Amino acid sequence: MAIPASSKSSCPSAETLWGAIVLMVAYGVVPFVGSDYLLDAVLTPFLALALAAVGLNVLTGYTGQVSLGSAAFLAVGAYAAYNLHLRIPSLPLLIDLVLAGGIAAAVGILFGLPSLRLRGFYLAVSTLTAQFFVQWALTKFGWFSNDNPSGVIDAPVLTIAGISFTNAAERYVFSLTIVVISTLLTLRLLRSQSGRNFIAVRDHEVAAKVIGVPLLRTKLLAFGISSFLIGVAGVLWAFAYLRTVEPAGFNLDRSFQILFIIIIIGGLGSLRGSFIGAAFIVVFPLLLSRVGAALLGSVFDSGILEMSQRIVIGALIIGFLIAEPRGLIALWDRTWSTLWSARRTAAPTCSLTQRSLQ
Amino acid sequence: MFDYQFFIEVLIGGLLSGVMYSLVAIGFVLIYKASGVLNFAQGAMLLFAALTFVSLVERGASLPAALVATLATMIVLGLAIERTVLRPLVNQPPITLFMATLGLSYVIEGAAQLLWGTQVHGLDIGISDTFEVAGVLISRFDLFAAAVAGSLVAVFALFFRYTRTGLSFRAVADDQFAALAVGLRLPRVWAAVWTVAGIVALVGGLLWGARLGVQFSLSLVVLKALPVLVLGGFDSILGAIVGGLVVGAIEKLAEVYVGPSFGGGIETWVAYVAALALLLIRPSGLFGKKLVERV
Repeated sequence: MAIPASSKSSCPSAETLWGAIVLMVAYGVVPFVGSDYLLDAVLTPFLALALAAVGLNVLTGYTGQVSLGSAAFLAVGAYAAYNLHLRIPSLPLLIDLVLAGGIAAAVGILFGLPSLRLRGFYLAVSTLTAQFFVQWALTKFGWFSNDNPSGVIDAPVLTIAGISFTNAAERYVFSLTIVVISTLLTLRLLRSQSGRNFIAVRDHEVAAKVIGVPLLRTKLLAFGISSFLIGVAGVLWAFAYLRTVEPAGFNLDRSFQILFIIIIIGGLGSLRGSFIGAAFIVVFPLLLSRVGAALLGSVFDSGILEMSQRIVIGALIIGFLIAEPRGLIALWDRTWSTLWSARRTAAPTCSLTQRSLQ
Repeated sequence: MFDYQFFIEVLIGGLLSGVMYSLVAIGFVLIYKASGVLNFAQGAMLLFAALTFVSLVERGASLPAALVATLATMIVLGLAIERTVLRPLVNQPPITLFMATLGLSYVIEGAAQLLWGTQVHGLDIGISDTFEVAGVLISRFDLFAAAVAGSLVAVFALFFRYTRTGLSFRAVADDQFAALAVGLRLPRVWAAVWTVAGIVALVGGLLWGARLGVQFSLSLVVLKALPVLVLGGFDSILGAIVGGLVVGAIEKLAEVYVGPSFGGGIETWVAYVAALALLLIRPSGLFGKKLVERV
């Protein structure tokens, strides 16, 4: 696979600078000026999906193991957190969150075991086992949803150290904090020996084995970390965004949605791309349905609009892939680097140009 | 006391319904062999074919006319897909191609329902009753489906053995570069394969439509075909057939003998677990080509 190596930046200053600016806006401006609609229906699901995409990227983008069962791990995280909160009320929410991620990781490692023998599509199809099994188990066994007949769970109030996160802005800040911490830790991991092992396994498994990368440990670690992150994203999805979820909400379409984020828009092996991709996948359908309703709503009924949307989305997926098979982020990077190098030909050693050229 | 007669009845029912899975899986295998694409849109093509046929019949076309018209539509669709989607994406990694077919399935599903509406259509091909052999109940419809699948495979066998197109298909499946080197035109072979896959989708769509009713969920048949593919190997037609039989049998037997102790509903995943168990022993399926890697 022709995927560029991760941007192991030699210029932390530029990256850190941009990150700091984004974070300052996200914390200092957005919660105060954003409307409830923007925070609740756009930004919070964006954060949850971005974290899930980061998780899947660890597995698929960095380690090269394709998974079609991400939604299952979202569900495991959400239901695990719900049960931990319900059955051990004395545990603080943060511990619930981490334990839920841990449970998702355990399930992920279990379903990751076949990766030791399977490659490519054989592995991808086998991850569907997780998708269907988890969804079935959550619907079938009432224990998981405290005997709700249709498996629906309601989120508790988010409380950490006596501070409640109740309104839209507070839930957004809660999600943002979790996502920022998780992403920074993931970034750290990817730049360690383990991260380099991931990439070695992705680029050439046999060669990696020959130079002494422990395949078993590396692959299972990737599955574990990936499922952990996706599980935490599931908690955010259920507790901070939807507040009421059912197993059917974590179906195969959701898994594909997360895969779209990292493959079509974000590009494999790019954490920044995971965020941009998630933003696109949240905003685009909203825009499309608004534009569609505004332009054609008086002429056609909603059924036809829905079908047309499906066609447009499908056609866009194909169009994007043809335009840039490595994800739209690659297109973006190329445009940027052309612009920058045109303007600053003799740039000093540490500049944005250099980073985006990698 | 174990009821053997009942067991055999369930087994035969399972094997026969497995043939239906094989029908879907064969369409996958053809395309995978020729171009390395796992065509997720096969289910959408099935839906499109069945929906077009039924709608034409409902609008007053005679059965043969509707069949020919649908066949022509599927051929055009196959050619169009090859030209607009696959050709620009030549030489991309498998996952990219897979995503493209996923997008394709959205387009086809949307188009089919936009054209013909979303309501459920009945499709009656006039075979429905059952008969008894030595006290075992057998569905005549399933038998018919099996016969159709059998003749389809026989036709393919002849096609691949004796026609120029068929032979070039086998050459491409064997080694793309060698095929290119001896002057075979890959795009033409791919176009032929997509056409054939469209025809398989039509046959599968009609049979599945007769069983389930022609509706959106027809495209979900894809999810039933994936474990079959994994079991049989992505690149083996024989594997698709054997895999279909095995999956059909396991599914029905598990539903009857294991399902009740789990509270039922296990058919969504039992085939996957069975396929997974087999994969752990044979990582390329029963009949798949072994992967040899060099450093």
